[in-house]
Amino acid sequence: MAAAESYPDGLKYHSEHDWARVDGEEATLGITWFAQDALGELVHYEPPAEGAEVAKGSSYGEVESVKAVSDLIAPLSGTVIEVNAKVVDEPETVNEDPYGEGWLVRIRLGDSSETEGLMDAAAYKSFVAEQ
Amino acid sequence: MQTLLRTPLYDRHVALGARMVPFAGWEMPVQYEGVIPEHRAVRENCGVFDVSHMGELEVEGPQAGAVLQALLANDVDKLEVGDAQYTLLTNEQGGVVDDLIAYRLEGGRYLLIVNAANKDADFEWLTNRERPGSDVRDRSEAYALLAVQGPRSLERLGLGEAPAFTFEMGEIDGVECMINRTGYTGETGVELMAMGEDAGTLWDAVIERGATPCGLGARDTLRLEVCYPLHGNDIGPETDAISAGLGWVCALDKEFTGVEELRRIKAEGPARKLVAFVMQEPGIPRQGMSIAEGGEVTSGSHSPVLDRGIGLGYVPAEHAAPGSVLTIDIRGRERRAEVVKKPIYKKEE
Repeated sequence: MAAAESYPDGLKYHSEHDWARVDGEEATLGITWFAQDALGELVHYEPPAEGAEVAKGSSYGEVESVKAVSDLIAPLSGTVIEVNAKVVDEPETVNEDPYGEGWLVRIRLGDSSETEGLMDAAAYKSFVAEQ
Repeated sequence: MQTLLRTPLYDRHVALGARMVPFAGWEMPVQYEGVIPEHRAVRENCGVFDVSHMGELEVEGPQAGAVLQALLANDVDKLEVGDAQYTLLTNEQGGVVDDLIAYRLEGGRYLLIVNAANKDADFEWLTNRERPGSDVRDRSEAYALLAVQGPRSLERLGLGEAPAFTFEMGEIDGVECMINRTGYTGETGVELMAMGEDAGTLWDAVIERGATPCGLGARDTLRLEVCYPLHGNDIGPETDAISAGLGWVCALDKEFTGVEELRRIKAEGPARKLVAFVMQEPGIPRQGMSIAEGGEVTSGSHSPVLDRGIGLGYVPAEHAAPGSVLTIDIRGRERRAEVVKKPIYKKEE
């Protein structure tokens, strides 16, 4: 079952439709409701290796639906400390719960000041409304 | 900018929340609820596709049969009135100008249902080669075509069983239509050809009878699972019918355009063959990806039934046997696939 449209407060949003939940020196990353809706039901998640370096604004993996493939753009830089194995096995988890069970990676942050360049929920909602 | 054509059902697709995309010059629904649920509806129950973009050409006259026999690869003489036949329009090199279904409407009258993208080229090909006693007409604008497919499709439409590749005139809830026992999904079903002005009534009736509206996305995954080639991807003017595995459609004992070349390829054995493969590692093959053993992917997607990547592609003949291992370059990652016997998906009897 696809989730209803939502953009939770407390997350940071990147214009490529990725979110970050920052918790001290770490962050959890995923794709927004808007991104999963545009793609349709996900059937493949190509994750980065644990320990890989990800750079803000660059691709760190891919997700695919039946019809389309999309790069995952890192909203923040850091080192991958965990890949969500549940999404590797069941990519549709992202459609069902994009901000919860459907998270993609956890990273150790490289530069915590980078969060200042991201949107809050209100700004992202206005951004999405213009798409 | 080229204006996209719309079928008579355009407003209904939009009202159903379809995602509309350009396809072969038409604005067509790619999906409504989603490719996967629509795919499952057809495999398990009943789905309906608007395929009114497809072309309808009629060839009529005392010489119609003879003209088609000389231009189409399959044996037109085998068609009785009421029969349909999958066949190819071939060029001098044995390449596939189009793949189509020929219907014998009357003794000297045939209907060809052709790919939307090739309709104009087919019409030109036929008119350039017609002889006195045969007349080719493009009837595409007059007709709408709905494919109703799935194990419960006949029951839902209130139709009895009939042999595949036959047709009859009939009606569905008062709408007169040609009921064709054909399809592009590997399932039981019909393709209903009606006058364009009746399309909305027919569509509503079919939906009312419980068919799930399905888009081109599911049509593609369904046909790929059963390895029906898609013209423009898997077959085309540059690929000959034998290498494409369509030798069964070529009556090499009769004369038709390109037959000498096809006989030669058959006798010598094709250097490369169109094979079906299933991914053994994660990843989804896509059209244009290269295969390390030689050749490239011509169609690729995710199989909702197998829950894996599947595809078709041309590979050197020595790598074409079922069980052969192929290495697909998925955006820089080498992923293993295995050649399988066609079709990839076969219904359990």
